[in-house]
Amino acid sequence: MELKTLSPPDAGSLVPGAPVRRRHILDLDDFTAEEIDYVLYTAARMKEILGRPIPRVAALRGRTVVNCFYEESTRTRVSFELAAKALGADVVNMSAAGSSVAKGESLVDTVLTLQALGADFVVIRHPQSGAPYLVARHIRASVINAGDGWHAHPTQALLDLFTIKEHFGRIAGLKVVIVGDILHSRVARSNVWGLTKLGAEVVLCGPPTLLPRSLVSAELWPAVTVEYDLDRALAGAHVVMPLRLQRERQQAGLLPSLREYIRLYQVNPKRLERARPEAVVMHPGPMNEGVEISSEVAHGPRSLVERQVANGVAVRMALLYLLSGAVVEG
Amino acid sequence: MGNYLIRGGRVIDPAAGLDRPLDLLIEAGRLKALAEPGTVPPPPGFGVIDAAGLVVTPGFIDLHAHLREPGHEHKETILTGTRAAARGGFTTLCAMPNTDPPIDTPERVAFVYDRAREAGVVRVLPIACVSRGQAGRELADLVELAEAGAVGFSDDGRPVYDGRLMRRALEYGLLTGRPVIDHCEEPALAEGASANEGPVAGRLGLRGMPAAAEEVPVARNIALAELTGGWVHLAHLSTRGSVELVRAAKGRGVRVTAEVCPHHLTLTDRWLLGAEGNAYPPVGTLPIPNDLPPYDARTKVNPPLRAWSDCLALIAGLRDGTIDVIATDHAPHHWLDKACEYGQAAFGISGLETAFGLLMTLVHAGLLDLPTLIARLTAGPGRILEQAGFRVPYTFRPGEPVDLAVLDPEAVWVVRPEEFASLGKNTPLAGVTLRGRVVLTIFNGEVVFDGRQRPA
Repeated sequence: MELKTLSPPDAGSLVPGAPVRRRHILDLDDFTAEEIDYVLYTAARMKEILGRPIPRVAALRGRTVVNCFYEESTRTRVSFELAAKALGADVVNMSAAGSSVAKGESLVDTVLTLQALGADFVVIRHPQSGAPYLVARHIRASVINAGDGWHAHPTQALLDLFTIKEHFGRIAGLKVVIVGDILHSRVARSNVWGLTKLGAEVVLCGPPTLLPRSLVSAELWPAVTVEYDLDRALAGAHVVMPLRLQRERQQAGLLPSLREYIRLYQVNPKRLERARPEAVVMHPGPMNEGVEISSEVAHGPRSLVERQVANGVAVRMALLYLLSGAVVEG
Repeated sequence: MGNYLIRGGRVIDPAAGLDRPLDLLIEAGRLKALAEPGTVPPPPGFGVIDAAGLVVTPGFIDLHAHLREPGHEHKETILTGTRAAARGGFTTLCAMPNTDPPIDTPERVAFVYDRAREAGVVRVLPIACVSRGQAGRELADLVELAEAGAVGFSDDGRPVYDGRLMRRALEYGLLTGRPVIDHCEEPALAEGASANEGPVAGRLGLRGMPAAAEEVPVARNIALAELTGGWVHLAHLSTRGSVELVRAAKGRGVRVTAEVCPHHLTLTDRWLLGAEGNAYPPVGTLPIPNDLPPYDARTKVNPPLRAWSDCLALIAGLRDGTIDVIATDHAPHHWLDKACEYGQAAFGISGLETAFGLLMTLVHAGLLDLPTLIARLTAGPGRILEQAGFRVPYTFRPGEPVDLAVLDPEAVWVVRPEEFASLGKNTPLAGVTLRGRVVLTIFNGEVVFDGRQRPA
């Protein structure tokens, strides 16, 4: 068996009437602003469904969603599971630890097996960047990237966009500061694509070891600003998005100490005074309270963190719904 | 032994300073005459090879190929690797010793010679390990290995990371007259990396290998060659900084030689983006469109594909002689080694059968002239082997056995790995159209590859 190279598939679009229907959600880089808007619009309709006394429809009855998680996750997996169930789909959860993956089966073989078992949607979380692209090349089912390595987390970015839009009524013209471990962050990467496409001003902030020179290039990375000083970055910000700081980063020598990181980059009430009075704080979770975000901010009046989690279900419903070929009348 | 008259070709023999139409008469495998076109009638019984419109050069010499035998015969064998060489115009291959077991004893050197003789396709010169077991701790028995016929010493695949071991290898290597060939990579700077550190790796979320991971050991090796008077040969250089270091070192007389691979001269890390990489405005890059998906592991090679500015510096290094040699770093793998996540895939490109066609893109783009290209595939490596004490035909000498390649610089063909002689089908060039093809290869006076009958 030869590894077939498919020609680059036209990614297609979820917008009704698109010449090619989108089959996979791998990252936001191949989305147009119009398509993102349409997903957000659909997510708003889904949120209405979730507000009903019985938040269930039968749109995906008879379809199977397989959650294929090669990495720990609670909120993303549960969010997809709730979204699929709200649409009436059957859901199977597969984690690497409890499967033949632990016995050394290759990723391609595993997903071919899932397909043979009848998966219509494969939701994949994987520690290796690009793994969902490999999967998408080998199966007919729709692949949804639920986070791959350092590369992309498009459903998180869409729920962030949805939450920002819900709060401010717009995205264009807002200043969004993403602060922390940009180098290892799939959330930051997908958010950069989504935010810049919708016209937000994006500032990336963090210590140079986590935001190295080679990462940001006017050539390939869309127009973003880099600012190493958080106080300066926050001036005039509408949205502040601290990223989870994994403690291994300090152990790997990327940071001298957590204490110094907290001093320089923690989002706390005093720092937030630099931002706009109406500024909000978002976090992709799970939070390290007391490290990248102080508890006062995490649970304070400016925090949209819980709203993000709730909106995640609606956004994932919208994606499953639209991928299934359905449309929402607008 | 073969009797041939090769008629009407443009003979490019850089070592002899020849570049004009000439006929070659080969009798009993040896060069009988190099004559003005049409002046020698074909003697009876001689095979006539019509080379009108074609280029005739000495056979190519590859200083860097992985033949995988012993131990990894599912990836390549000495037989299939040498057949691939013949199809690529190569008549001499230097085989890297990172096999299983590694080539670190005289008996194992002899094994490679024996297998190559049994295969009987082209010449194979084994390179032996620098360190016992390629473990990077103690020197292998360099003198005995040289006596057994090792052409040089390398732990390729791994760097000689210990500066003290490299110093001793260069010093002790003086007893052999053979080079120490280093895969220049600083492990701490390259750890876990699978792509060039830069915007592409940043965008794809792949751990990057910075240019400095190569340049730091290049600088170290040069300093140690200067210290010891030893001969260091730098394998597969890939960065602009490395070229500048070697140029400066040669300028002050350090005993350093260097090689570069076809893929590092022509392909950039944008290939990791797949076909999308075509869409970026790659100022001046070669017109080799690819239709790969993103994260195609066939683009994964060590050192990684770099930026176009690196390609240009490497090309300039080839032109001014800073870089002596083009070597393929032919690294065949089984498809399973590449049918996985990018970060977990094996490094390497199967390069012997595409080398000439890929390199011709440089000539067609006006970045390199054909005689210089041929020089770096023949006289360049040939003189290095000569300095190491191996007399391999890299120029046409009357009376001597003939190794040659007949080339069609204009032939357009599509790379189809399934037709490779190599077991390694791993090339990012699958499906790519190239202009420039090897038509026929003669080794030791016999035709070992004849592509003339192949349907267009």
